Amino acid sequence: MSTLFAADEAELLLDAAIKGNMPDDRGRFGPFGGRYVPETLVPAFDRLEAGVKEHLHDPAFQAEFQKELREWVGRPTALTFAPQLSKAWGAEVWIKREDLAHTGAHKINNAIGQALLAKRLGAKRVIAETGAGQHGVASAAACARVGLSCSVYMGAVDMERQAPNVDRIRRLGAEVVAVETGDKTLRAAIDEAMREWVTDPDGIYYLLGSAVGAHPYPYLVRELQSVIGQEARQQMLDQAGGLPDVAFACVGGGSNAIGLFHPLLGDDIELIGVEAGGTGDGLGQNAATLATGTPGVLQGSYTIILQDDDGQVQETHSISAGLDYSGVGPEHALLQATGRVKYISARDDEALEALEELCATEGILTALETAHAYAAARDYAKQNPGKRILIGNSGRGDKDMPTLTKLPARIRS
Amino acid sequence: MSAHERLSAAISAAKESGRPALVPFITAGYPEPKDFIATLKDVASVGDVVELGIPFSDPMADGMTIQRSSFIALQKGVSLKWIFDQLDSAKGEIDAPLVMMSYLNPLLAFGYDALAERALAAGVCGFIVPDLPFEESDDIRAALEAKGLGLIQLVTPATPEARLRTLCEASRGFVYAVTITGITGGDAGLPADLTNYLDKVASFSDIPVCAGFGIRVPEDVAAVGKHAAGAIVGSALVEVLERSEDPKPFLKALLGS
Repeated sequence: MSTLFAADEAELLLDAAIKGNMPDDRGRFGPFGGRYVPETLVPAFDRLEAGVKEHLHDPAFQAEFQKELREWVGRPTALTFAPQLSKAWGAEVWIKREDLAHTGAHKINNAIGQALLAKRLGAKRVIAETGAGQHGVASAAACARVGLSCSVYMGAVDMERQAPNVDRIRRLGAEVVAVETGDKTLRAAIDEAMREWVTDPDGIYYLLGSAVGAHPYPYLVRELQSVIGQEARQQMLDQAGGLPDVAFACVGGGSNAIGLFHPLLGDDIELIGVEAGGTGDGLGQNAATLATGTPGVLQGSYTIILQDDDGQVQETHSISAGLDYSGVGPEHALLQATGRVKYISARDDEALEALEELCATEGILTALETAHAYAAARDYAKQNPGKRILIGNSGRGDKDMPTLTKLPARIRS
Repeated sequence: MSAHERLSAAISAAKESGRPALVPFITAGYPEPKDFIATLKDVASVGDVVELGIPFSDPMADGMTIQRSSFIALQKGVSLKWIFDQLDSAKGEIDAPLVMMSYLNPLLAFGYDALAERALAAGVCGFIVPDLPFEESDDIRAALEAKGLGLIQLVTPATPEARLRTLCEASRGFVYAVTITGITGGDAGLPADLTNYLDKVASFSDIPVCAGFGIRVPEDVAAVGKHAAGAIVGSALVEVLERSEDPKPFLKALLGS
């Protein structure tokens, strides 16, 4: 993808990204992004964009948001040194603990921020999509917190593999709408939520869970998730005595990765996003969008997507529902094209192995999504001994027990 | 006469003959790819303009019926290239001008210049792209206009007045007035305040206005026909084809004949 621009243009685009001048007025991150939505939703997107401009950086909104992050979400989340993993890998490993945030993943940062925004914009009810269920849980909790009703669209395949989260969403007072169309995973859930939004664009607030979709969502979600990288950066300075050499985060749509990476873009830190390598390199066997995809328009945004020669979006496979997505946020597409962030993939089995290792060495049951970042970091550490490594631990793995219990238990070495 | 002017002319001709123009929608290659051209000929023998749906993996503005037809057509190997090949083979045998309804990505993958060239050769006069707002449409509009093809704008009851003017002015062939706030295939009936909306759209448009979404029965066609030049019938027709019924009597009945 680095052939997409001349080197000097890539430099200019990257410079704009680092300075926070992306997206531009039309929601573009260089060539990527934009707003490809049905005409019925255009006024709703215009209102949302105006609302984001008015409120997001307004001191009163920020004070409310920061208070909720502190007192309800439990921020700042810890930065944990991993002594045993460090020893095993021959590295210095630090973990940014989004699993310790309320509801168990980074998703809550975005959910509470957007729920507060929805309230200010006078929404009557909130809809959300979910893949792994973490955004569904976070949305349900955030809507309960601010007093809005919430419906969560979830693919039937994901409802089965993330059953505990389905129950949690319902307990938190939200409705779960089973999506039986399309691939019955995250992509179908987004399509179906959009269809619902079209029926009542004035009354519904669509609480999108990742840094994907039409402008202003990729921007809005990044801004709300950047607290991860801001905290991690300061914590590294305070606890580790310096910035990391390299940072890893898993990438599905890419909200936790952009949240971690964006505040680090201007630093001399190698940034590596890890996608789902699934069971192999073939089309349909993985969700390694940036590694194997091509530019196209999916669900509102011009970005890198997994598609065939006819422009049909391809189904994906990953053991982790949260990474099982055929697209990726447009800012990641830009960061890849400019060469600032490297995107690689880890296979299902490598992720599982990493998950087990982390349990055994550090006593942390991480999410299957997050485990992909550990798998890639371990490979990196073996090839580059002695590095200081930061890993974005995007969520906890309790929700993955139905998947994990189906697998044979391994013997700890 | 350019291709998009042929669209306008076909719709106006129906209106001038004292009835609303009928614009039937079919998903290309559904239910059976081998029957595509035969079905198209049947539908074009009654319809004044035919809207051909290009199957897409993520039809986010469509209801269950068109989603299903799209999914099945894809499974049976229907692609934009295949559709053009079929249309080329039936050149001169189809009695109505064609418009293609496609989500943007298959068009993007085909390439806009190649698309315009093949479309013109195949008798396609215009495109409806439901996930392409006006603001993002410069490139494809330029490629289509270079060949005299039209990019048909959708307007909706939610469209603010200033924007409505812009869209009506930009549209070519006809203006597609979405009747409801929702997706295709609704069966809740047409909204009561349709009259003012359609009259307003018509007053902003120099080209004919066709109303679509939720039009299922002859009464719907008659109702929108009082305030729009034409009626677009999609899901209800796809359901007829799904049941392997002859579309001609259904379409004739819609026109009250």
